[in-house]
Amino acid sequence: MHILVCIKQVPDSAQIRVHPVTNTIMRQGVPAIVNPYDLYALEEALRLKDRYRARVTALCMGPPQAEAALRKALAFGADEAILLTDRAFAGADTLATSYALSAAIRQVHKGLPVDLVFAGKQTIDGDTAQVGPGIATRLDMQLLTYVSKIVSLDPAAREIVVHRRSEGGVQVLKTQLPALITVLEGINEMRFASLTDMLRAERHALALWSKDDAHIDDATKIGLKGSPTAVSKVFAPTPTNRRAEIIETQSGQPIDLAATLVAKLFSNRPDVALAINPSPTPDGSSL
Amino acid sequence: MTSSPAQQKQAPRAAGRRVMKLDERLAGYKGVWVFVEYERGQVHPVSWELLGEGRKLADALNVELAAVLLGSPSDAIRDCCDQAIHFGADLCYLACHPTLKDYRNAPYTTVLTELVNRYCPEILLLGATTLGRDLAGSVATTLKTGLTADCTGLVIDPENRGLAATRPTFGGSLLCTIVTLNYRPQMATVRPRVMAMPVADATRTGRVVEHPVAIVEESIATKILEFIPDDRVAEAQLPFADIIVSGGRGMKRQDNFRLIHDLARVLGAEVGASRPVIQAGWVGPERQVGQSGKTVRPRLYIAAGISGAVQHRVGMDKSDVIVAINEDANAPIFDFAHYGIVGNAMTILPALTQAFTEHLKARKRAG
Repeated sequence: MHILVCIKQVPDSAQIRVHPVTNTIMRQGVPAIVNPYDLYALEEALRLKDRYRARVTALCMGPPQAEAALRKALAFGADEAILLTDRAFAGADTLATSYALSAAIRQVHKGLPVDLVFAGKQTIDGDTAQVGPGIATRLDMQLLTYVSKIVSLDPAAREIVVHRRSEGGVQVLKTQLPALITVLEGINEMRFASLTDMLRAERHALALWSKDDAHIDDATKIGLKGSPTAVSKVFAPTPTNRRAEIIETQSGQPIDLAATLVAKLFSNRPDVALAINPSPTPDGSSL
Repeated sequence: MTSSPAQQKQAPRAAGRRVMKLDERLAGYKGVWVFVEYERGQVHPVSWELLGEGRKLADALNVELAAVLLGSPSDAIRDCCDQAIHFGADLCYLACHPTLKDYRNAPYTTVLTELVNRYCPEILLLGATTLGRDLAGSVATTLKTGLTADCTGLVIDPENRGLAATRPTFGGSLLCTIVTLNYRPQMATVRPRVMAMPVADATRTGRVVEHPVAIVEESIATKILEFIPDDRVAEAQLPFADIIVSGGRGMKRQDNFRLIHDLARVLGAEVGASRPVIQAGWVGPERQVGQSGKTVRPRLYIAAGISGAVQHRVGMDKSDVIVAINEDANAPIFDFAHYGIVGNAMTILPALTQAFTEHLKARKRAG
C-alpha cells in the first residue's frame, strides 16, 4: 500500500493584517504554516501506514522555503518527501496547480504505484477546494471529498468504504482504489512528533523536483500560462457608512441596557421581532 | 459591492497583457447556466438563489438563462423544472437516468460535461456546497476551463461581456475580482445565502430540453451503500436560521458559552461562533460563521465578544439586524452592527436573556 499526501505551505491567515491606508497585505512577519486541513490528511494516511504497513509519501508544491512543511510531515512519520519547486510554476491557478501535481504523482507512481492520495478539504489561503478534485480527475482516480470517516479498507480487494459529508446527511460510499480522498477537519487528532523525530526529519533527504523532474514538457499547462483565470484586482471591503447605535442608559447597568435594547428592537423592527419564535421547552410549553 | 462602474472598468485593464479576446470558437458559447442541485426529491435553496443572480447576468448579456437538472426519472424532478422556470430560467436541461439517482462524482461529471460540450454556455454557476464544489472541480478540470470558488459578487463587464467574479481572499482580509481569459464556460461557485432568494413567478413559462444519458451502472466504481440523514435537531442549521447568537474570543472560557446557549434557547436561535472559538475547540466546526465557515443572513444576528474581523464579517454582514456586545468601544464590529452595547458579554448576555424572556412573555399575553 502506497499513500501520497498533498500538503501546502500557507501564510497563517489568522495573523494577516491589511495596511489601513494602502489596503495591501502586510506579509512581513506572518509565519508560514502547514495548511491546517492538510494535517488531518497526513494523520489519516499515517494511521493507515500504522495499520497496513503502508508507505507514505508527502508531496508539496511551492517555493524552496516550503521545505519546512515537508520536514514537518517527515517528523510526523512520512517516509518520503518531495518538494515540487520551479519558477515556471509561479502564478498557477487551481487548474495549473492540479496539472503540475498530477504530473508529479504520475512520476511517483512509476517508482511505486500509488493506491491512495490524501488531501485536506481546502487550504486556508485559497479556500477553493478545487485542487483535490482536479488531481483525481486528471489521474482518473475515484474522488471522495469531505470524508469524515474511513470505515474500512481492504487492500486485497482494493476497496475502501468511507463516510462522506453531504448536504443534510452522510453518504456511505464504497469505491475502488486508486482513490483520492479529501478529509474533513476533526476526522482525527494529530499525533505529536518527538524531538528525536524532528531531528531525524531534519537529516532526512528531501527530493527537490523541477518541472523537468516531474516530466512536464508542455510549459503552457503550468504557472501563469496554464491558468485560465486571472486576478484583475484586489481591494479591501468597502467600509459601511453605518455606525452602530450604542445603547446607553443612565444607570449603565446590564439589565437596563438589555431592556432598552430589546424595547428598541421590538418597536423599531417589528418584522425582526416577529421572526423570534422560541422553540418549545422540553415540557411542551413555550415562552 | 462589485457593481460600481469604476470597478467594472478596471477589470479588463488590470488583466493587462493577458489575452482577453476570445477565439472565434469560444465566442460561440452563449447563455448562462445554473446547475440545480436536486437530491432526495428536493432542490437546495442555493440553486434558486443562483437562478435569481443568473437572471441578472443573462439580462445583462441579453441571452437565455438555463437551469440544469440531473436525477433519476420522476414526476418530482419534472416539477422542479417548472419551479426553476418560475425562479427565472428560460429553459431547463433535464437529464434523467437511474445512475443519477443520488449524487456521485463520476456520472454527474460525465453528464454535465456532455451537456456543456453540446450546448456551449458561456457561464456556468453552481452552489458552493459539498456537492457543488465536488462537481465543479471535476467538471472545470475535464473542460480545462477556469473556476472561481465562493464568489460574493458576479457582474458582467460591459466592455468584453466577460464575467467578473469577486471573492474574499487571504482568509477574508481582502476581496479580489477574478476573470476567465480565453476559456469557456466561465465557471463560478457561490455559497448558500450569499445571494438573495428571488421571488417565484408562477406565470412564467419555458421549455424543457431532455438530454439522453447512456451510462451503465457497472461502469461506475463508486457505490452508495447508505445515506444517513442528519439529526435535524442536533445538527447546526446555521445558513438558514432566522436568529443566530454567536460568541467569539471575548467569551473568554468554554463554559461561558452556556450564556450564548441560554439566550439562543429563549430566542429559538442557532448558536454560531467565530474562528478563534472553533480553533480553541469550544464548539464544533459546523457552527463557524465567516470566510472559512458558513455564510449566514438571519433576520437577527447577535454577536457577543466578537471583534468583527473581516474573516467573520464577510460571513454575516448581510444579516437584517446585527447586535454587537463588546467590551472594546473601538472594536470594528461596531462599524457595521446596527445596535451595540459596550460592556462585558458575561454580564450583558444573562441580562439580554432576561429582557427577551420578559418581552416575549408580554407579547404572548397580548396574543
